[in-house]
Amino acid sequence: MENSIQIRHLYVSYDGQNVLNNIDFEITKGKLVGIIGPNGAGKSTLMKAMLGLVQTDKGEISIFNKQIKENRRKTAYVPQRATIDWDFPITVKDTVLIGTYPSLGILKRPGRKEKEWALECLAKVDMLSFKDRQIGELSGGQQQRVFLARALAQKVDLFLLDEPFVGIDATSEEMIIKILKELRGEGKTIIVVHHDLSKAEKYFDEVLLLNKELIAYGPVRDVFIPKTIAKAYGGQLSFLEDMVMPT
Amino acid sequence: MMNFIEAIIQYEFLQKALITSVMVGIISGVIGCFIILRGMALMGDAISHAVLPGVALSFMLGINFFIGAVVTGILTAVGIGYITQNSRVKNDSSIGIMFTAAFAVGIILITFLKSSSDLYHILFGNVLAVRPSDMWMTLIIGLVVLGSVYLFYKELLVSSFDPIMAEAYGLPNKMIHYFLMTLLTLVTVASLQTVGIILVVAMLITPASTAYLLTNRLSIMIFLAMLFGAISAIVGLYLSFTFNLASGATIVLVATALFILTFIFSPKQGVLWRSMKVRKQKIRVS
Repeated sequence: MENSIQIRHLYVSYDGQNVLNNIDFEITKGKLVGIIGPNGAGKSTLMKAMLGLVQTDKGEISIFNKQIKENRRKTAYVPQRATIDWDFPITVKDTVLIGTYPSLGILKRPGRKEKEWALECLAKVDMLSFKDRQIGELSGGQQQRVFLARALAQKVDLFLLDEPFVGIDATSEEMIIKILKELRGEGKTIIVVHHDLSKAEKYFDEVLLLNKELIAYGPVRDVFIPKTIAKAYGGQLSFLEDMVMPT
Repeated sequence: MMNFIEAIIQYEFLQKALITSVMVGIISGVIGCFIILRGMALMGDAISHAVLPGVALSFMLGINFFIGAVVTGILTAVGIGYITQNSRVKNDSSIGIMFTAAFAVGIILITFLKSSSDLYHILFGNVLAVRPSDMWMTLIIGLVVLGSVYLFYKELLVSSFDPIMAEAYGLPNKMIHYFLMTLLTLVTVASLQTVGIILVVAMLITPASTAYLLTNRLSIMIFLAMLFGAISAIVGLYLSFTFNLASGATIVLVATALFILTFIFSPKQGVLWRSMKVRKQKIRVS
């Protein structure tokens, strides 16, 4: 099986504080993977490392068997909602149109073809009727769907989503997970940072349990066992046990 | 009004003043849009002040004062970035430390030049004394600024709106930041003559903020900011000429008046409309 992403002995630190320690794994193509762990486990840092946005102390990351630098346009990123300025003067359709920028290169502007494609992507997340709204006028779930549409517009093989289900309605959550599963069906790889253990089994093919180091990685059934959960979450175990342990 | 128009036709110095200040209004409106959307209003203030020592040094060395201005402007921007990234001092504080230092150096250098009228004109502008060379310089800066924003609109948009995505697909965010800082110093130097260092920040922020209250699209915001900048320049110059007021300050106050009108009456964001909506809702539910 071909790898979409491969990480070898990755170390990352901020101001001398270790954030990621000897992370080592590979994800094969066509998988929907959840990165799960407690607050401060380094989930977002790992995702930023996969985007080539953090300085690493040691280790190698390759995307589709090439260095990140050479394969940047194969990856789309859906940011945490909290990091976006929702008052920015931009409409829904222009937000999705940004997804076509990477393939256009510098100086070239999006033309009719790109605009039609952006609208098509907007239709996939069922947000076409909102195309002329300012992004701040949408609900949280709608905002998340628009950013997913932007990622679709990038026509990539690897999708990275940072906490896409935080603060959104159930309909949007279901629609997003449905689209992610469709993408997986097309052979795309999707990696989702997720802080909640409860729905992991329903959503993901595999989960990666992280707390500064890689605790366990594999099918949900194999990873979510008391030993690994205890290692990742420490004292919070008793409360979690009730939630995730299949009875 | 007729007097003003006749005077413009008659006096060359007034023509130059008008052309220069309209150009400054336009380009500071454009750059101002990116400054406020990136949350860098304070940075605009800082860079405009940091230009002073560069201008003074250029006078001393007898070189074109653009060179000195860009050098000290960029050095200050780099210094601010360095302090913020390498200490717990917050961004606004490091801005305060660096630009006041640069400004203080500038004041001392200017006193060596012996002419206090120079300092006065640099600080407060003197649009009626615009020389032909100044006007041409402003026009060239204007073309550079407008051309850059036109060519790199897409990149400026995405790096302002979603810098993480921009960097992830390979845009050099840092370079874009310093490129914008360079344009900002150019705009500042261009506006030395019309509004002066102290009030440049008003021309950057006020017309752009007025535009921000009126539209949900960046491209329209930029055009509106250019329009408000130009209107402020024309009306300000007219009032300054007619009532013999300080030109820079008058231009700035016209821009402020446009902002206040918009703040009250803007269809979507205006306080009047908002309070009417609130009242309607209250009546509906009562």
